Amino acid sequence: MQSLTNRSKMVSDKKMTFLEKLYLPAIFGGMIITAKHLFRKNNTIKYPEEQRVFAPVYRGQHVLKRDEQGRENCTACGLCAVACPAEAITMVANERKKGEEHLYREEKYAEVYEINMLRCIFCGLCEEACPKEAIFLTDRIVKTDDNRPDFVYGKDRLVEDVNNRIDVSRRQLTGKRKEK
Amino acid sequence: MESGLFIEKLILVLVLFAVSLGIAMYSTYLERKVAAWFQDRVGPDRAGPWGLLQPLADGGKMFFKEDFIPFHSDKWLFIIAPGIAMFVSLVTGAVIPWGPELVLESGHTIALQVANVNIGILFIMGFVSIGVYGIMIGGWASNNKYSLFGAIRASSQMISYELAMGVSVITIVMMSGSMGINDIVTSQHGFWDNGWFTWYAFKQPIAFLIFFICALAECNRAPFDLAECESELIGGYHTEYGSMKLGFFLFAEYTNMFISSAVIAALFFGGYNFPGMDHFSGWALTLIGTGVFFAKIVFFIFVFMWIRWTLPRFRYDQLMHLGWKKLIPLALINMLITAVIIAISEGWFSK
Repeated sequence: MQSLTNRSKMVSDKKMTFLEKLYLPAIFGGMIITAKHLFRKNNTIKYPEEQRVFAPVYRGQHVLKRDEQGRENCTACGLCAVACPAEAITMVANERKKGEEHLYREEKYAEVYEINMLRCIFCGLCEEACPKEAIFLTDRIVKTDDNRPDFVYGKDRLVEDVNNRIDVSRRQLTGKRKEK
Repeated sequence: MESGLFIEKLILVLVLFAVSLGIAMYSTYLERKVAAWFQDRVGPDRAGPWGLLQPLADGGKMFFKEDFIPFHSDKWLFIIAPGIAMFVSLVTGAVIPWGPELVLESGHTIALQVANVNIGILFIMGFVSIGVYGIMIGGWASNNKYSLFGAIRASSQMISYELAMGVSVITIVMMSGSMGINDIVTSQHGFWDNGWFTWYAFKQPIAFLIFFICALAECNRAPFDLAECESELIGGYHTEYGSMKLGFFLFAEYTNMFISSAVIAALFFGGYNFPGMDHFSGWALTLIGTGVFFAKIVFFIFVFMWIRWTLPRFRYDQLMHLGWKKLIPLALINMLITAVIIAISEGWFSK
C-alpha cells in the first residue's frame, strides 16, 4: 500500500532485545537530545517589548480614511455591509448640509458607522467592495476588552485622525489593487 | 543538655528549615525555567529580574485563593494530610550532615548536623515511608474517585520501590560498616584512594542506579508520576485541594526532591567531600565543603528535572514490572555479590 506521508513506519510486535529491555540506552539518548535543546536559541518573542513584523497582507483593525484635504471618503453606499459575510458592519446614511463641505467629500455621508469586532472575521471583503477607497484593514491589533458592547467600534474609533494619518500604502499594493 | 549546645542546635534547625523551604521554593522556579530551556522557551521572566520573584507571586496567589473543603470529605483528615506530607518531608533533613565539622580555635567543634543518629539511614527510610500517609489520607479524605486512584497508585508505587531502595542502601551500609550518615560520608573521604574513587557511586554503580530510580519513584516524579498524572487523574490525590493546602502538597513534593537529592549526594557522591580537601581546615574547609555539598544537591535536582522533561510516564503495569521483577532481584544480587566480596577480602573464608 502506498503510504500517505514519507514519515510513516511499519508497526511490528517483535520482542525487545536485551539492550532495549534495559531502557537505559534509550533514556540516555533522550536525555542527550533534551540537553542539546538546552543550548539552542529560544524562539520566544517577548510581546509587549518586541513585536513580530506583520506581512503586507496582514488584516487587522479597520480604518476609515480621509482624503488629502481631511474629508471623509465614505459615502455610506453600503457596499461593504452587503459584502460582509459576517454581517459585522452597520451604517446610517445622512445628507451633507451646507457648510459641511470640509468634513465630507461627497453629498452623502455615514452618520453612524459601526463594526462589531467580535463578529468581524477580518476577511477584507469590505475593503475590496469599497468603491471610494474609504475602508482599509491595517496592521493594528484590536485591543482586548472585558465588555461585549465595547467591541462595537463606532466612527470615533474607526475614522482616522486628521493630524495622525494611518499608513495604508502597503495594503494598497496588495490584492486587487496591485493589478491596476 | 548544656545550653550552648541547645542554642547551637536551635540555630541549625532554624537555618535548615529556612534553607529547605527556600530551596523548595526556588525549585519550583527552576523547574519552570528548566522546562522552558528544554523546550526552547524563555520561562517566567516577568516578576522581578529574570522572574526571580515568581515563587513569591505563586505563594501569594496560593494564600489568597479560596480555602475550599468539599462537603462530603472527612474534614479533619482533609486538613491534616498536607500537614503530614510537609512535616515528613522537612524532618528527614535532620540526620544529613550538611558540611564538615567546624573546629574552632578554642578546640570546640560544631557539627553541621542536627542529630548524629547512629541509624540515620534507617531514620530516613522510616520517615519516607510515613510520607505515603500524607498522600493516602489526602486522597481518601477528598472523597473523590480520581483522588483515591491517585492515592492508591502512589502508595503501591512507594511501597514497591522502597524495597529495592532499602536493599541498595544495605550494600552501602555493608561497605561503610555503619548506618549513620555521618560515618557513611566520612568513609568516602577525599576523592581518590588506593587506586580507585572513594565515592560509592563509583564503587557501587548498580546500587546507585537502583537507588536513583527508586528516589524518582519515591518523590512521585516523572517518569513515575502516576500518582498525579495531570492528563489521566487530573492531579491525582490533590484534585480536591486548593489554596495553601494544595501549596503544601506541591511544596512537600519539592522539599522531598531536595532531601532525596541530598541523600543521593551524601550516600553516593561523597556528601561534603571534594578532591583535595586535605589542604583545607577550619572555616575554609567547612564553607567549601558545605558549598560543594549544595552544588551536588542542586545538580541532582537539575537531573531530576532533566529526566522529567525528557521521558514519558510509565504505564502502571510497566511500573510494577520494573519494580518487582527487575529492580528488586538486581538489588538482591548486587547485595549478595558485595557481601561475598567483603567476606573474602576480610578473610572470612580462609579461617
